[in-house]
Amino acid sequence: MSTISRDEVARVAALARIDLRDDEVDRLAGELDVIVDSIARVREVATPDVPATSHPLPLTNVFREDVPQPALPVADVLAAAPDAQDGRFAVPQILGEE
Amino acid sequence: MTTTTPALVAYDDAVRRYDPVIGIEVHVELGTRTKMFCPAEQSFGAEPNTQTTPVSLGLPGALPVVNGTAVEYAIRIGLALNCQIAESCRFARKNYFYPDVPKNFQTSQYDEPIAFEGWLDVELEDGTVHRVEIERAHMEEDAGKNTHVGGSAGRIHGAEYSLVDYNRAGVPLVEIVTKPITGAGDRAPEVARAYVQALRDIFRVLDVSEARMERGNVRADVNLSLRATPESPLGTRTETKNVNSFRSVERAVRYEISRQAALLDAGETVIQETRHFHEEDGSTSPGRVKSDAEDYRYFPEPDLVPVAPSREWVEEIRATLPELPQARRRRLHDEWGFADAEMRDVVNAGALDLIEATVAAGATPAAARKWWMGELARRAKQDEVELADLAITPAQIGELQRLVDSGRINDKIARQVLDGVLAGEGDPEAVVVARGLEVVSDDGPLLEAIDAALAAQPDIVEKVRGGNQGPVGAIIGSVMKATRGQADAKRVRELVLERIG
Repeated sequence: MSTISRDEVARVAALARIDLRDDEVDRLAGELDVIVDSIARVREVATPDVPATSHPLPLTNVFREDVPQPALPVADVLAAAPDAQDGRFAVPQILGEE
Repeated sequence: MTTTTPALVAYDDAVRRYDPVIGIEVHVELGTRTKMFCPAEQSFGAEPNTQTTPVSLGLPGALPVVNGTAVEYAIRIGLALNCQIAESCRFARKNYFYPDVPKNFQTSQYDEPIAFEGWLDVELEDGTVHRVEIERAHMEEDAGKNTHVGGSAGRIHGAEYSLVDYNRAGVPLVEIVTKPITGAGDRAPEVARAYVQALRDIFRVLDVSEARMERGNVRADVNLSLRATPESPLGTRTETKNVNSFRSVERAVRYEISRQAALLDAGETVIQETRHFHEEDGSTSPGRVKSDAEDYRYFPEPDLVPVAPSREWVEEIRATLPELPQARRRRLHDEWGFADAEMRDVVNAGALDLIEATVAAGATPAAARKWWMGELARRAKQDEVELADLAITPAQIGELQRLVDSGRINDKIARQVLDGVLAGEGDPEAVVVARGLEVVSDDGPLLEAIDAALAAQPDIVEKVRGGNQGPVGAIIGSVMKATRGQADAKRVRELVLERIG
């Protein structure tokens, strides 16, 4: 039984700005279904008295001192940029942007 | 009438027939030394991309660690806004895809803000107080800075593209969200402005941010909706983004009231959307259609453990909160004994700090007010500068007043001393000496001038001898003139009467 519709896949892909072909949408809908089904099985085990757990470690308040450490050199920063200009990442304009 | 360019309803007419409801989201960049989740330094004006780490660039495998000072600042802000501080709260991922967010999510807080349920009383210029209920204040991080480059310029020929600087990505932010602000009526634009201004003042006093509007340290998103009457359900709202000056906040609210009233009058519906504000003419225009919360697919940030501020820590922070601006204004109002209207003028003129410092320098509150709100206000207006930007300090005004009080100069001469100080000739004392402005207190030269004046006006001398003291002013006047205003008029009068009598 499919719980993730093709429409939902297409919508999330649009939000993520990923251009999917029809056959990819079909394949992903199936793969996402497997994930959702697996989570559904976990849900069967988790009774209401088991609190939702976002963090497996019993830790709170892990803080860092407000002390600067060296930054990455600009050359390293831009090494992974598809394109750069004036020390900045050059990226395609987002449609609808002013 | 078209839907693309609706007419505007005159503001007064709009607020007579509709009840405006405002909601304001204010983002403040915290003045910590480092970013929210990594130890990259953050400072204004650094070269592009020189303040990044793998965390702020969202490189694979990079793990964030919370800046403890930023949490403390967020708690300070929450307490100053009369909020409750969460016993425990988590960060959440707000997923969206945009070049200035390199991780493809903003680390924020969703259903568990660090501070919630507060309020702030804001005071309008005429002293009216409006209570703004605060829904929440939560911690998050700023995005990088996108600069759009047009098609003809730059290296990518013919393409429209953007340049991204990630120095700002990861700078700690606190976002403060109001509940719907109702009951402001036709004063809604003023309330909105006063609220943002009050927040700015609080950030500064708390020392959590430089809070410089022109640098974007404080940014406001202004929500506005109209309804037929205060009893009607809330109307559809628009959100005008990034309104970055107090005046713009006021104008944006005004504009949206006029625009939405026109739509409603025409029987059209207001579209829920984000809008851009235009400084040039104070108008707004449609931005993107707003994603609903679901589109952000918030979920708890697995890489950061919960923040659980102990009650001891919260109370410790509460105990070290400085006196807040409104309390300080009330205290100074009482101490100085100014009339309500006088106090309001002082606040609105931005003279509060100046007068307080002048009083600390030894002047009486009345004298300090007289200088800053009188002669100095006149000069600031004439030079089109803020009072605080005049080339004179409260300490110098204190010294000037001491010179007057001790009788070494009079009020009229004091104005010449001001000229000298403002012209950069040094402190009042130095100006008095250099310009030779000291009051002539030695009776010798005075008597000389008096005798000359008496000899020149024998008819007046006769009248005074005959018991009519009225015309004696004429003699005093000529003596003051002869001494170029540097004589003590009271002493001159005594001596003249003595001489005649």
